[in-house]
This record gives sequence, structure tokens and C-alpha cells, in this order.
Amino acid sequence: MSERVAVRKTYKLFIGGKFPRSESGRSYLVQSSNVSLASRKDARDAVVAARAAVKGWAGATAYNRGQILYRAAEMLEGRREQFVALGIPGDEVDAAVDRWVWYAGWADKLAQVYGGANPVAGPYFNISAPEPTGVVAVVAPESPALLGLVSVIAPAIVPGNTVVVAASPSEPLAAVTLAEVLATSDLPGGVVNILTGAITETAPTLAAHMDVNAIDLTGVTDAALATDLEVKAAENLKRVLRPAPADHDWSVVPGLDRMTALLETKTVWHPKGV
Amino acid sequence: MFEYAPAPESRSVVDLKPSYGLFIDGTFVDPTDGGSFKSINPASEEVLAEVAEAGAQDVERAVRAARRAYDKVWGPMPGRERAKYLYRIARLIQERSRELAVLESLDNGKPIRESRDVDLPLVAAHFFYYAGWADKLEHAGFGANPQPIGVAAQVIPWNFPLLMLAWKIAPALAAGNTVVLKPAETTPLTALLFAEICQQADLPAGVVNILTGAGDTGRALVEHPGVDKVAFTGSTDVGRAIARSVAGTRKRLTLELGGKAANIVFDDAPIDQAVEGIVNGIFFNQGHVCCAGSRLLVQENVADRVLESLKRRMAQLRVGDPLDKNTDVGAINSAAQLERIRELSDAGSAEGAERWSPPCDLPDRGFWFAPTIFTGVTQAHRIAREEIFGPVLSVLTFRTPAEAVEKANNTPYGLSAGIWTDKGSRILWMADRLRAGVVWANTFNKFDPTSPFGGYKESGYGREGGRHGLEGYLNV
Amino acid sequence: MTATTTSARSELSELGRSETALRTFLHGLPGVDQVGAEQRAAQLGTRSIKTTAKAQAIDLAIRMVDLTTLEGADTPGKVRALAAKALRPDPADPSCPHVGAVCVYPAMVPYVAEVLRGSAVHLASVATAFPSGQAPLEIKLADTRAAVAAGADEIDMVINRGAFLAGRYKEVYDEIVATKEASGDAHLKVILETGELATYDNVRRASWLAMLAGGDFIKTSTGKVPIAATMPVSLVMLEAVRDFREATGRQVGVKPAGGIKTTKDAIKYLVMVNETVGPDWLDPDWFRFGASSLLNDLLMQRTKLTTGTYSGPDYFTLD
Repeated sequence: MSERVAVRKTYKLFIGGKFPRSESGRSYLVQSSNVSLASRKDARDAVVAARAAVKGWAGATAYNRGQILYRAAEMLEGRREQFVALGIPGDEVDAAVDRWVWYAGWADKLAQVYGGANPVAGPYFNISAPEPTGVVAVVAPESPALLGLVSVIAPAIVPGNTVVVAASPSEPLAAVTLAEVLATSDLPGGVVNILTGAITETAPTLAAHMDVNAIDLTGVTDAALATDLEVKAAENLKRVLRPAPADHDWSVVPGLDRMTALLETKTVWHPKGV
Repeated sequence: MFEYAPAPESRSVVDLKPSYGLFIDGTFVDPTDGGSFKSINPASEEVLAEVAEAGAQDVERAVRAARRAYDKVWGPMPGRERAKYLYRIARLIQERSRELAVLESLDNGKPIRESRDVDLPLVAAHFFYYAGWADKLEHAGFGANPQPIGVAAQVIPWNFPLLMLAWKIAPALAAGNTVVLKPAETTPLTALLFAEICQQADLPAGVVNILTGAGDTGRALVEHPGVDKVAFTGSTDVGRAIARSVAGTRKRLTLELGGKAANIVFDDAPIDQAVEGIVNGIFFNQGHVCCAGSRLLVQENVADRVLESLKRRMAQLRVGDPLDKNTDVGAINSAAQLERIRELSDAGSAEGAERWSPPCDLPDRGFWFAPTIFTGVTQAHRIAREEIFGPVLSVLTFRTPAEAVEKANNTPYGLSAGIWTDKGSRILWMADRLRAGVVWANTFNKFDPTSPFGGYKESGYGREGGRHGLEGYLNV
Repeated sequence: MTATTTSARSELSELGRSETALRTFLHGLPGVDQVGAEQRAAQLGTRSIKTTAKAQAIDLAIRMVDLTTLEGADTPGKVRALAAKALRPDPADPSCPHVGAVCVYPAMVPYVAEVLRGSAVHLASVATAFPSGQAPLEIKLADTRAAVAAGADEIDMVINRGAFLAGRYKEVYDEIVATKEASGDAHLKVILETGELATYDNVRRASWLAMLAGGDFIKTSTGKVPIAATMPVSLVMLEAVRDFREATGRQVGVKPAGGIKTTKDAIKYLVMVNETVGPDWLDPDWFRFGASSLLNDLLMQRTKLTTGTYSGPDYFTLD
């Protein structure tokens, strides 16, 4: 009796809720798997998908976003063994699930904590509330492949942004597997888009793209590249998160800063009268 | 029939020196490697004073003084003591407000009614507000022990010279930073008077440094490696250049840039107040306002009526001597700005929009531009897309709320927007969809130190005012 | 008058036939934002009127005064003295103009008429069970006719605020129409008693109602309730007469009454008239101040401008 032949997985990009191959047809080998090598065109397609998803995702109720993100945590937990099989330590998977749950709970609290009523000196109702900035390009940390990735995606999408993520080039399998988690967790297509491949190819396109509102350079380790990306980002005044220090400890419970850096504060005035 | 006689505010309250040095480390000094330039009254073109132009070495001196003050005095000082200095400054501004208002109108060209009733009260209020934060930073929502950033380089525009200074200096100092501020080259004088107020308040030397100069001085300042934080208010192009220049550095950056705000009037609006809001939105401060309501979007079925009311109201605007208490619209701040307004207005005419201004006699000397509206404007016209920064309104129409939102958001800017309607749910629906940092509903151009101000998209990032205004000056 | 305004006028004159039509029309008027209206009024109040402009404004304001006494204690002697003062407010200065009108209760009209006969000073009488208006319609109309018969050429009526606030606009309308008829040739000023109308929206609606029903003037207040004329209320009324003339071609006057005590106040109102409705209304035929103590302050300021010396209240008669 012959042994059963395993069905192997093809690791593809995640754009607009679908799993296309790179339009360039290129791939590269990681842990014996062929992984799509995203092109500049793939990056542009991902921005289009992310932009299309903004209206629905930002317009969803905060409660609804929280529910969907919590659902994603449930799916993540269910696939624990799959991540472990890819070589992600079990502790890291657990931490990633916890991180996701932590952020999910912020969806309907952030506006209360970060916004509020302003006691202006006049007969006006005046309130400031945070809003998502829009499409966020993210260069994910090289490692830890899963916890780092979750720690940059979750804070961006919790308040209603959509993201195009350049995944860790050396450990992209976790990113594609996370995409599969998200694809089965009620998250609308296009809210999270994941590109695998070379940062040097995708990130400059994203940094220069005029329909991207912010760029998170957390995972950029090359200082010259980081500077170049920041210069490109200035063209349409993207909000920029600078690279994280090399010794950044991803296991520490984060603060609000990754979320608030990707928010706009909108202040509304109205007279009070009869 | 009822002609208002001239009612000039007295100039004698201002004691102008023939020339001013740089304010570095608590004293006025001559520039080391800079030169000098003249600040003129844009309403008469008379020279008001000769002002030092700081060179690179002066920038070096000022940054070093600010660093020393940060390390030795202001950084270590308990918040409650910093607060008292800021309260002192607020009080001195109140006490000297007439003097400051007259000087602002002289140097800037804005009507005394505005510098007296809007600018100066807001300046004092801003210092008063942030003074109170200095010893309460741990309650501001930025962690248990928020720390200042260090030395802040601040570059401000000419449209609200002293108010922009207040927006920059008050939160910076409250948070424990020291500053080097460069006022605009056409309006340096109130900043120099503010330097005197710092002396009068016995503010420790080096906490506030004022460097006068033009673009080169500003560039040297923001690019100085000893600076930890850059705050800029001005044009989007300069903002972009600054964003590039700080790339790859540790410098934190906040930018408050241009705008092309839509002021949206629905058919159920309180029409008379809406017309006031339109007028205030575009003719306040000669339209030299980044959040000016420079695009009027009016619902088609009331467009004729609103325009008729608007024209009637515009005919009441009194253009002229900024120091006359009855002047509504003063002088354009500079020859260069006047040229830009003229160029864009001519483009509006050339592109086929219909131009209208009320009859108004403009003075012979100085820089003047009559309040102007363009009708028949489309989204494609330059005057509907580019920031004019002058008393020029582009009028467009819409039919549905969705169309109004689409047109309002169809711009790279996102600083402010106005909504006029009696229907509450429509206001909230619109406010949710407008991509702008400040939304005024049934009002316009209202400011308050407690109220965060700042833009979306190419109008910049960061907020000034309120609790949010501290964030740009704290390591969070 | 253009063809459009003629047809608009005839359309508007139909409104009074039906409660529904009146309600639909009045509730379709643009709303008034309280904060915005008050800020505009305050802004107009910051105008600085000096020297020649001030002198001109003071004389105009004197000519616009409805010199008023509406007290239970009024006597023939008192109102005669008031009428004499109306004719020659400053006996020491013959260049001082006379006031617009004298305003008294109907019972006092004959005594005032004796003094004013042959002069250009008008004689206004309050009527229609002033100030409350709480009397049967026949009595209000009889009150009106009696005042006219006794010599009043201006009637200051009060509207039925109870009916207005209850939304019975036609009842209010019909009363004004009937009073207008009872007034004959006398000018009808319709007192809205804005202090009881509570909102600027109501002030605008009541203004239009009064104008649609034929009022020649709209007047803010009786002076008998705690809130009398204010700048923003008068602003809303001025906007109403402006819009009404635009729609119908007919010009209606405005009279703020009560609470206007100083020259400074009066000049603020004149600035507001100038910048809201323009010079057409800067005339005693179209704008009046219902006031009593205002006149003496105007006279003192006038003396100051002509002589350069500040006067005192002892030098002007207290009636």
C-alpha cells in the first residue's frame, strides 16, 4: 500500500479578498515553497483594492468592526497548528491571537478615549472624533513573522483603515497563511492586502503612490531605503511611521500610538440655539 | 445718506523702533552672518522698521541657546512653574492687547476690528489654555509620564502672525520644550514685541528665541541637526519640502498647510446666517486664511436667491484703511500675494467664469483687491482647485447631498468644510463624509484654544489646539 | 412694480384665506439660526460712528422717536407737556428737529391732538386692548375706532400671541385685517410682542403674518413685558421687511420699542438699518424708535456735539 501523497499549498498574494499570483508570473523559493514575487503592478492593484474597501470598512459600525476582528482571532486560534507547522513558535501564535483580541476590543472604544467634547468659549457644540486616514501601506517587520505582522496590521485596520502590507520577505509563509485566516473571517475583501516578495520592489511604489494616505515603515531595516521611502511619501504628505528600532520588543502590550498615528481628528462645530 | 466718518484707531499706542535685532538667549542681538530687511505697512507701503535677517550662524546660536535652556532650565523645571510663566505671558498679552492689535494691523494689513476682536483675544486665550496643561500632562492621555521632545523649530505664516505664534509656542512650552521661532518675513513685528513680553515675564533666557528672516533662514532652522521637532504652518509646497528634509532624521514633524474648503449651502439653510457665514468664510482676513471657505457649493434650487443676498451683503463690505474701526476688509499682505491673487483671478475670467465685485474705491497706495466672486465655476477651473489665499470666492452648484460631498472632497486638500442646513440628521450625515479636519455646521471660521485644528490629506498632519495639540510636543 | 412682484403679491394675498395655506407659507420661511443672528447683530454694534456721522445720526434718531408714555398715571397735563416737547425737543436750539410721533393711550389722544394740530408730528395711539390684547374683538375694534376718531393717525395694535403660539395663524391674521379696516386712513403698526414669541423663527413668521395682513409697520414690543426690543430681534424683522418688499414691492416700516435708552443704542440700530435694508428705511416714515428716555440722551449728545461741552440731565425736561 503506497503512502498518501500530500497536497501541497501554493502560496499566493492576497489582493481584494482573492488570492492571485503575481501578474509578473514570478515567484521565489522559501522553505521549499514557491512564493509569489510581487511586482510594482501588484502593489498598484493592491492599492486600488484597498481604496475600494475604505468606504465600506470605515463606514461599518465600530461594533461591527470589533466583531469581525474578534472573529479573525477565533480563526487564528483555530489554525494554531498550521502556524506551528510553518515553524512559528506556539507561544508566538498565542501572543498573536492575544494581540489581535486586544486590538479588536479597541474598535468601539478608541473614539471615546482619543476624541471628546471641547469646551469652547461660546454657544457651540464642539466635538472631536478620530477617523481613519484611509489607505495605509505597511512594511511589516522581518520578524517575528506572525506577531510582528499582526502587531502592524491590527492597529491600522481597527479604526477603519485598509492596508497594503509588504510582508516579511524571508518569512512570508506566515503572512500568506494569515491571509487565509482573514479570508475566512468575514473581513471584507480589500481591507487587508498582502504582498510577498522584495521590499525594495513594492515599498517604493507604495511610498510614492498618490492614493495612499499613510505609510508605516516599521519593518524597513535599511536606513537609506527608509529615508528614500520617507522622501517619496512627502509627495502627497503621507502620514509616516518611522522604522522600529532593531531591538523593539513585540511581546510587550502596545499603547495607542500605532492606532492614533493612522487617524485623523475631525472636529465638528454647531451653534446651540432655539 | 448715512456715511460713516473715518474712525481711526490711534497709532500712538505702538512705539516702533527704527530697527530690530534677533532675539536669542533672552536678548536682542545683531545678526552674525545675516543681513537685514524692511517690514512695510501693506496698506501704505511705508517702511515700519528694519529687521535683522538671521544667517546660518545665527540659527546655530539660537538652537544652541534653546538646547541649553532645555537641558538646564526649562526641561527640569516642574510643570507648575512653567505654567506660571505661561500664565504671566497670557496676562501680559491681555494687558498689552491694544498695542499688539494695532501693530498687527500695521504690519499685516488686517482690519483693526479683527486684530482687536479675534486675533488678540484668541492669542491670550491660547496661552491661558496651555498654561493650565503644563502641570497636568500625565492626565492628557499620552501615558503616565509624558516627556517633552526637546528643541522645537517653528516656522509660521503671515496671515495671523501673533495667533500662529501662540499656536506654536504655547503648547511647546507647556509640554516642556524650548523653541526657536521664525515669523514670516512680511510680518515679523508682533513676534518681536512678543519677545519683549517674554523679557517682561522674566521667562528664562533661551526658552523662546525669535529669528527673523525669509525662506533661507527658515530652511536653515528646520534643517539644523540640533532640532528635535519641526512645526510649520504655511503653503503645501513648502510643507512638502520640509517633510522631505526631515526624512531619515529623528525630527518629529507637524504641518498645517493649505486648503480649498467647500462651504455647502442647502435649500433649507437659515439663509441670512448662511450668507453671513459665506462672507465670513471668504472675506475674513482678506481671505488670507488656510481654512477659508473658498468654494461655495450651493444647492441649485436656491442658488439665485443665495447669490442675490450674497451680492447685496458684499456691497456693504467696507474695504480700506486697516486702522479704521469700521473697515471690514483690509490690505492684501504683500505685492507678491496680490500678484498671485490677480493671476488666479485672471485665470478664472479667462477660463470662462463670470466675475463680480461690488463697486468699491480702493486706495492708491498699498496692496488692495476688491472682494470678488466667480459664478459659473466648474470643478475643472483653476480657481476651484488652487488655493488663492485672497478675497475670491468660486461658486459652484449641486443638486443632491451625495453630489455635494463628492465635489467637496474632490481636492487634494482637507482642512475644513462648512454645512448650512436646518436638518440635523443631514448635518451629521454630511459631517461623517466630508474629508476635512474641521467641519463647521451653520457657522464658519470659528476658533478656540480647546478645539483641535488641522487637516486631512495635503492640508498637513498633526493637530493644534486642545488636548490633541500637546501630542506634537510630547514623546508619546 | 414689476409683473413678477404684482403676481407674487396677489398670490400672497390669497394666503390669508386658509389656515393651511398660511401655515404652509409661514413654516416654509427660512429658519433663523439664533447664534448667527445674534453675532451679526453684535458685529453691527461694533461700528464706530463719530463726528459728522454721529451728528447726522442723532438728528435722524430724534426725528424717528415715537415719544411715548403709556402709564396708568398719565394725565392730560402730562401728555400735553410731552406733546410740546415732541414739537420742540430742545427749546434752547431751534435747529433741533421735532420727533416722529407722540404715542399714548386712546383716552389721552384728544389732549395730545390739541397740541400737535397743524404740526408734522404724528399722533400714535395704542389700541386693541393694549398691552395684553385680551379682550373680545369687538372691543378691540371699538378701541381702535375711538382712537382714530379722537385724532390718532397711527394705531399701534397688539397681536393675539396666544393664538399665534397655538398655531391659529388665521385668527391672528383676521384680527389684523379687521383692525386695519377699523383704522381707516391711520397707519397701522402691528406689535408682535417678540419677548413672548420666544424664538427668532417665530419673530420672522409673525413679521410676515403682520405684513401679509396689511400692517404698515411691524413693531417689536409693548414695553410691558420683561423682554423688549433687542438688536437681533430687530435684525430679523428688518430682514423680513426687506424680503417682503422684494417679494411684493410693498415697503413696510419697523419700530423697535422699549429698552432703547441711549444714543449709543440708537446709533447701533441706525447702523443695522443702514447695512441690512439700506437708505430707503433711514427715514421716520419707515423706521421709528418707541422710547421715552432715549430722547433726552439724544439731546444731551447733540448739545455735546454742537457746544463741545457735556450736558447733564438737569438741563432737559423730564416728562
